[in-house]
Amino acid sequence: MAKIVAGVCSSHVPAIGAAIDLGKTQEPYWTRVFSGFEESKRWIEKIKPDVCIVVYNDHATAFSMDVVPTFALGCAAEFPPADEGWGPRPVPVVKGHPKLAAHIAQSVILDEFDLTVVNKMEVDHGLTVPLNLMFGSPKEWPCPVIPLAVNVVLFPPPTGKRCFDLGAAIRRAVESYPEDLKVVIFGTGGMSHQISGPRAGLINSEFDKAFLDGLANDPQKIVKLRHVEYMREAGAEGVEMVMWLVMRGALDEKVKEVYRFYTVPASNTAVGHIILENAHPS
Amino acid sequence: MSDAKKEYADIPGTFVFDQDQSRKGYGINAFCMTLLKADNRKAFKENESTYLDQFGLTPEQKESILKRQWNRMLELGGNIYFTAKLAATDGLSFQQVAAIMTSSTQEAYADMMLKGGRSVVGNRYKSEWENRNG
Repeated sequence: MAKIVAGVCSSHVPAIGAAIDLGKTQEPYWTRVFSGFEESKRWIEKIKPDVCIVVYNDHATAFSMDVVPTFALGCAAEFPPADEGWGPRPVPVVKGHPKLAAHIAQSVILDEFDLTVVNKMEVDHGLTVPLNLMFGSPKEWPCPVIPLAVNVVLFPPPTGKRCFDLGAAIRRAVESYPEDLKVVIFGTGGMSHQISGPRAGLINSEFDKAFLDGLANDPQKIVKLRHVEYMREAGAEGVEMVMWLVMRGALDEKVKEVYRFYTVPASNTAVGHIILENAHPS
Repeated sequence: MSDAKKEYADIPGTFVFDQDQSRKGYGINAFCMTLLKADNRKAFKENESTYLDQFGLTPEQKESILKRQWNRMLELGGNIYFTAKLAATDGLSFQQVAAIMTSSTQEAYADMMLKGGRSVVGNRYKSEWENRNG
């Protein structure tokens, strides 16, 4: 049977991607950010997941305002990096896992989570930056990736509770898949940031740290946070932290915190990162 | 939903992109999406005003784009992830646009971020900004 062994959360700031693509990772500003992921790279190399499910949001790349799916699961065999206005990022094509993705789609829909199935999609920095942070810049990504795009652009995004419950449904789906696969689930985005309007630049480290604590030790507490609280306390775009709760819902109630990292800023954003393992891997 | 019932309308310096805004700004965002293609970026740059005429924009929306009024675009229904593509077309970094939206200079804005960003204290409710200014 397939199994979710761990969850990883990380910001997906576009400037991090640009720093990698333009060879700036050794500059002091950026070593402060990248050094926080060295241990994570070693960790994931040891775990060697067979598949990663990456929960992320599209930034007006694959989805315009014509169609706005709240949850969209990538079921294709591959997902090319998108041209976001500067040409596509020079990163490998993301290979999917169509069989497991189809199984997840079918399972969660019958479990009453009405996902949108996507058979053709380009992926932007929201998905590829976290892959870089965890896997570096290899010629090919080390494992297949199933993208789960969550709408956080058009208000309202799904609630934290809905995200958490979807995570639990994804776990049930994965565990009913017959093949032995080790799966790691990523929640991406955040942490506190506002990139729009006269209040841009807002950062709230206290909120972020409490959110990380909640994620590790008391998820039911942060599941109840309302959108307006995220937006007021952690910036208009900070609301994308709901995506981290999909990851959390897919794990055990009690988890082992393996690693945590937090720094301000990367461009306009607070960078947060946490790795959680199921406490009692069977 | 009327504005009076929107709890999230009471956050200062913030345009929450909800469906009312999305409907109002459909043309702005549709225009910005076309800038994902290099040929369109070129055509726009060659004659901005003519290029914009294909998106059913109001005169105010068109003016806000031509004059690069970044906050005004958001107020009129644009969304930051879309207008960021116009910024990219202009060769501006995200931080440069953020500096403009916050009436700051790029240097001062970058410095604020390095020092931990804008504090949430005094920036939670619109009344806090009104008191500050008056």
